[in-house]
Amino acid sequence: MPTDLNNIENLLIKYQEATTTLQEEALLKDYFTSDNVAPHLQEYQAMFQYFTGSKTEQYTKNIRLESNNQKRKWIGMAASIALLAGIFMYSNYQQNQKAQKAYADTQNALQLIATHMNKSTVAIGHLNTFEQTTQKVFKLENQ
Amino acid sequence: MNQQAFLNKVMPFKDKVFRLAKRLLVSQDEAEDATQELYLKLWKNKNKLNTYKSVEAFAITMTKNYCLDRLKSKQASNLTLIHSNYKDNHANLQRSIEAQDSVEKVHQLIAQLPKQQRMVIQLRDVEEYEFEEIGELLEMKPTAVRVALSRARKTIKEQLINKHAYGLK
Repeated sequence: MPTDLNNIENLLIKYQEATTTLQEEALLKDYFTSDNVAPHLQEYQAMFQYFTGSKTEQYTKNIRLESNNQKRKWIGMAASIALLAGIFMYSNYQQNQKAQKAYADTQNALQLIATHMNKSTVAIGHLNTFEQTTQKVFKLENQ
Repeated sequence: MNQQAFLNKVMPFKDKVFRLAKRLLVSQDEAEDATQELYLKLWKNKNKLNTYKSVEAFAITMTKNYCLDRLKSKQASNLTLIHSNYKDNHANLQRSIEAQDSVEKVHQLIAQLPKQQRMVIQLRDVEEYEFEEIGELLEMKPTAVRVALSRARKTIKEQLINKHAYGLK
């Protein structure tokens, strides 16, 4: 059915006022996607071709219903547990390290005391001999 | 509602959701992300879907709100939206380069319209909804829909005429 140009022009006026029905707009789309469009209506051709072309655009990706968030939650939980464990172990290790250092220090200190003690015991040994000798002397004098 | 019943219900309009998202967000990637996100939301609300008169209408309104929020938060964080990755996959490229140019030009002209006019022209001229439906989807009065649509159509037409006139000079 060849569409009457007059009719098309009338419809275009209504179209601009947004008073055309969907059926009338379908007529316009048909006319402007055909090959014999009147040259003075070219700008409408671009419009209607664009509209019909746009409607063919599709969402081609897959739609995921299992939210990634669920997965992310688990990963997040695992990561935080690992982090906590890491911190715990590290602090444990540090405490260990500190304890060992303290132990070594104490040992050193004790060692030092022990050496001095030994020296003093030797000195006390001398004192003992001195005491014994003096007592002997005093005993002799007392008698 | 099990997964299959859900998919049967919501899949038929996924392209519409995507196209509206793209009309608003412009970028292909962002529109794809938005579509995915919206479908997850629908899935989470699957038990409420039966309470809506039309799931499609509910989804379209949700798309609108979601995309407008996205745009708002973009503006808030001072990101400018300039995209030029639009490609029209028309098979008949040979037809006429000039005609093709004009078709591409229509896309740019729509992208420059206010958001509301963009949505109205998308829902009417591309998706072919009735005025009353568009009014419900966009939470506008049908007369306001007509006014916005008329403005959008006139703007596009006039700018295309200007372009042709420059071409002739």
